[in-house]
Amino acid sequence: MLMFDPLILARFQFAFVVSFHIIFPAFTIGLASYLAVLEGLWLWKKDDRYLKLFNYWLKIFAIAFGMGVVSGIVMSYQFGTNWSVFADKTGPILGPLMGYEVLSAFFLEAGFLGIMLFGMNKVGKRLHFTATLLVAFGTFFSAFWILSVNSWMHTPAGYSINDVGQFIPENWFEIIFNPSFPYRLVHMLMAAYLTTAFVVGSVGAYHLLKQNSNICARTMLSMAMWMAAIVAPLQLIAGDMHGLNTLEHQPAKIAAMEGHYETKKGAPLILFGFPNDEKMEVNNAIEIPKLGSIILKHDANAEIKGLKDFPEGETPPAEIIFWSFRIMVGIGMAMIALGLWSFYLRLRNQFYKNTFFQKIVVLMGPAGFVAVIAGWITTEVGRQPFTVYGILKTMDSASPIDAPAITASLLVFIVTYFLVFGAGTYYIFKQFAINPDTDKTHPVKIGSLGVSLKIFNKS
Amino acid sequence: MTIELIWAIILSFAIFAYVILDGFDLGIGINYPFIKSKWERDLAMNTVAPIWDGNETWLILGGGGLFAAFPLAYSVVLPALYAPLTAMLIGLILRGVAFEFRWKEKNKSNIWDKAFITGSYTATFFQGVALGAFLQGISITGRSYSGSWWEWLSPFSIFTGVALLIGYGLLGSTWLIYKTENRTKRNMQLLAKRFFVLTLLMITVVSLWTPYLNTEYFDKWFSVPRIYYVLPVPILVIFASLKCIQSIYQNKDIQPFLWSIFLFLLSFIGLMISIYPNIVPPSLDIWEAAAPEKSLKFLLVGVLIFIPIIIGYTAFTYWVFRGKTSSDENYH
Repeated sequence: MLMFDPLILARFQFAFVVSFHIIFPAFTIGLASYLAVLEGLWLWKKDDRYLKLFNYWLKIFAIAFGMGVVSGIVMSYQFGTNWSVFADKTGPILGPLMGYEVLSAFFLEAGFLGIMLFGMNKVGKRLHFTATLLVAFGTFFSAFWILSVNSWMHTPAGYSINDVGQFIPENWFEIIFNPSFPYRLVHMLMAAYLTTAFVVGSVGAYHLLKQNSNICARTMLSMAMWMAAIVAPLQLIAGDMHGLNTLEHQPAKIAAMEGHYETKKGAPLILFGFPNDEKMEVNNAIEIPKLGSIILKHDANAEIKGLKDFPEGETPPAEIIFWSFRIMVGIGMAMIALGLWSFYLRLRNQFYKNTFFQKIVVLMGPAGFVAVIAGWITTEVGRQPFTVYGILKTMDSASPIDAPAITASLLVFIVTYFLVFGAGTYYIFKQFAINPDTDKTHPVKIGSLGVSLKIFNKS
Repeated sequence: MTIELIWAIILSFAIFAYVILDGFDLGIGINYPFIKSKWERDLAMNTVAPIWDGNETWLILGGGGLFAAFPLAYSVVLPALYAPLTAMLIGLILRGVAFEFRWKEKNKSNIWDKAFITGSYTATFFQGVALGAFLQGISITGRSYSGSWWEWLSPFSIFTGVALLIGYGLLGSTWLIYKTENRTKRNMQLLAKRFFVLTLLMITVVSLWTPYLNTEYFDKWFSVPRIYYVLPVPILVIFASLKCIQSIYQNKDIQPFLWSIFLFLLSFIGLMISIYPNIVPPSLDIWEAAAPEKSLKFLLVGVLIFIPIIIGYTAFTYWVFRGKTSSDENYH
């Protein structure tokens, strides 16, 4: 029975814990940078509203970061507990990359987070700002290494295979900067920035709707919408380049994303439809002729290989990633539209006045998270049936663990995650409801910062 | 000295750093039920709030380092310890989020205090169980774990689970002696004395039990001439114990904590003596399990660059937050 297949259970468990986990880094990567910008602006312009915003978002950062850490520790054990054959085979390559992530990123973030959260009155402004910057750099380094690891699984390079079947490093530069890595890194970092921007914008718009003169709310909305107006279109370009890179290295994934079962010259772009992997056809397809070939090959008559022409059992399920891909792209387009709208409103001097716009921004708050998860589903399910693309199959990667053990741990993870992260989300929303301009929930004494010249002086 | 051995030492260092650093964090959770008033609980939490995250990172380095340097060991140990490690992770989640969440609840019977206690006890107990199961030995066939998913469960592993609870309890209470004053400190001294006596008992029982797990362990401790080389370990344990309890009675601040760490170090060395040259008892040695030299060298460069830097800023953070903690230090 399917539910008691250890492989399916292990895959489901991994998908579950990693989907939960990615929510937090996607948010904290952007938020760490945002905090650094806010603190920098405060130090530079000496305007208290930036400090208010900094303290406001710092509390949210602390909650989100804590959840990211504990869900991340689970990830570092998943490879061994549920995917031990994969771990044995890829350890010589992926292990050192993750080792670098721990050494260069995790310690940096964790080491300076304490100072960032508790140290304002102890170390002085400049050192505190340095700590904030280092935490932000830490989140960036972390993304760098883990995306290198992930990209190598999609586009393995710089390796050979030894007599016990392990991947052996031959060229570290080729391993780290494997073909899909630069595209994935840029795409993910921008996704994180956009995700954060839409959360910040949403909270800003919410408070602006309650009180139009709220200066902190105005600042949030404005900063967020600049980010949307500039980065969302860039993300479209980055995503397109990432897609072309995927076409080159994982054409079956693209075929599944586009719902192309047949190999065609001048392939259409299927806007919507219902892919059926069993019959290998798209039902009720709405197509634009030739546009598929134009987008993918930049040539109206170019040939696009369909799923039927790949070896049997080596293609990903179109039924899933056709949809996840469209969700991601749809949200991306909505973000671009909102960015353009915000720009137009600024020109018309309506930016802080148009409440319809602000309501839409409030609703778009969680959009980034949905897009990030949909995007990851697209790329990860699109790698199937392999863990290391084209070489190591998922079915040959799993641990020799009995189904009851995986089921039990899966249930425990599901219950714990929903309770714990549900509570965390509730606390974050409670913080969102507080007016950033009058937030009195923190005892950080602004006055005492003025006398922080006594650097290192223990209070 | 081969690069494989260097890596075994690095990993031992990371694991020991974790045991000590997160040991006293978790130890605070273990002492929590005996701390009654809200402000004292706030205080106890504040003594580690700025540093617990960094402390826990050593666990990721331990896991990640094992994956990188000894992938074969990683891929047999983790499936073998599946259930206790999963329980440990759940415990760490509950305990970790409690640091943030407990400040969000205003009512007196704070649910996150309970989560903090439950999480700390669960994580510690199952770490101890995992250690005991590891010492008992792990069945390997070919390149994978070949035992059942209950093989970790035994009287010995349950005992090491309890032993670690008590050991971390000692680290936590002596840490709080160092970080607190007056009534809180006196309370912690009382607790520390109890944990100290129990810790000695646990060290003794585990030390006497381990050699009887298999003859190899026995020979490593009791065969001539080895017995003369390893004899300093138990002698130093007696010495450190005397110093530890003396410093508690003398109302010292940091000494009880440092002597407790020294006791842990000696126990850890004892453990290394039992296991070496294996990385997974009873049969997988360091060289068999090691990743190829290119992997070991590549990450060794990173370790040599980053570990000193990490130790540097970790020390800096401890220094910033040094001395007695006051209960109103937070940003919440």
